[in-house]
Amino acid sequence: MTADARAAEVARASYGKLIAILASRTRDIAAAEDALADAFAKALTTWPDQGIPANPEAWLVTTARNRLTDHQRRAAKIDYTDEVPEMAQPNLQPDFPDERLKLMFVCAHPAIDAKLHTPLMLQTVLGVDADRIGAAFLISPTAMAQRLVRAKVKIKANAIPFLIPDETLLPERLSAVLEAVYGAHALDWLDGEDSLAGEALYLAWLLAELMPDQPETLGLAALIGFAQSRHAARIQDGMLVPLHEQDTALWEQPLIDRAAAMLSHAQKAGKIGRFQLEAAIQAVHAHRATTGQTDWHALLQLHTALVTLYPTLGAAVSQAAAAARAISPAEGLRLLDRIEPTAAQRFQPALATRAYLMGEIGEAQKAIALYDKAISLTTETPLRRYLQAKRAALT
Amino acid sequence: MRYTFFLYSNPADFADMTPEDWAKEKEVYGAYIGALQEAGVFVDTDWLHPAHTATTVSLADGETRIQDGPFADTKETLGGFFIVDVPDLDAALAWAAKCPAAAYGKVEVRASAMDSV
Repeated sequence: MTADARAAEVARASYGKLIAILASRTRDIAAAEDALADAFAKALTTWPDQGIPANPEAWLVTTARNRLTDHQRRAAKIDYTDEVPEMAQPNLQPDFPDERLKLMFVCAHPAIDAKLHTPLMLQTVLGVDADRIGAAFLISPTAMAQRLVRAKVKIKANAIPFLIPDETLLPERLSAVLEAVYGAHALDWLDGEDSLAGEALYLAWLLAELMPDQPETLGLAALIGFAQSRHAARIQDGMLVPLHEQDTALWEQPLIDRAAAMLSHAQKAGKIGRFQLEAAIQAVHAHRATTGQTDWHALLQLHTALVTLYPTLGAAVSQAAAAARAISPAEGLRLLDRIEPTAAQRFQPALATRAYLMGEIGEAQKAIALYDKAISLTTETPLRRYLQAKRAALT
Repeated sequence: MRYTFFLYSNPADFADMTPEDWAKEKEVYGAYIGALQEAGVFVDTDWLHPAHTATTVSLADGETRIQDGPFADTKETLGGFFIVDVPDLDAALAWAAKCPAAAYGKVEVRASAMDSV
């Protein structure tokens, strides 16, 4: 492997690890990013001549630290050196600690605007640039970059600590970290080719690996794993394909197996949570690849548990949809009627589900009117095409 | 029904933008315009020079008065607009929420009064 390729590989694999180590003492993420960028630049000029160091990560950290110290010296008007470490003696232990978990807690700290948790994590842990983050969040890259800079200034100025919160704070703080990772997964609007789905999966699996004793970290990792396994089957000919109609041959079975293993590991703790329940629902759907059938009764049970423990409008609609298939369309409609009407009237999934069920019980005119309303609220093209096709089938 | 989205933002947020940044900004809006067109709801849009370049015109006592500057001096200023044609306010709000300006400024949604008089 060439030195260039090696530097690029180290960059991708260890960016967040190195940023976390460099920033954990100073809490200055921006300075750590600059210093690491300098170290990578130096690697590209030194490695081709002097060979790739035995421990590239250690070399980069040492070089970046020298850089940080130089800046401090320069600020204090002391002569500085532009040294790079000797190749022979990496003066750092080969397996230095992984501080990325602490970095994730800093990114999702309650003092930082919740809207910035996901972007900060994508940038500092994975090195995703502001352009891509801005594109995914539908906001100008400049505005995104400015906000990220402000957040980093705040982290440094307020000395937000790089640590794993203690037992009393952990549940709340971990939930913010989980939400931030989930936020990266939920970004899918306009289904751009440059979606951050892969990054979300990486973050979720990293979090599960760093905190394996927390069942919800495993639940979230499983949930995103299941979702990602169906990436290729989700949209066909520009049209959304609902989960239970997808071609299972297009699903990635190894990803499914790994997600299923994580979920069963999580469930051993006997501490149910929202992400585990959602992952369990995904697992039932994934099982169709083996049995050829969707177990709607199991799905109804899980959706009912989800709605009971973690009630949301979306969960209530999914429960109704599952009941419609497990029991009858009338039962689905009965559950839909229990949702608060003013909320349901403007909630696209509720309208689309009711439209489908009206079609099932032969109320074509009502179904068409409901599809029209649902379509008018749909900003995602593949989903709108799907609803338009369902509507067209009724006329 | 036609709705106009008025896009308000703080010019200070764009003070340091380079031509390259503006090109990227245009791409973000291009994607949004594409989505509106794909849904068949797009009518019109424009992107305006900053408010401080505005000229305000009025007629007082039969005389034209021309004033250098915007009509109202506010921190957040009008930077552009979209006109969409959707069935109702719910649909208009769903699209306004996807407008890039909503992420860093404010999007005011107003229904057209043309058909009501």
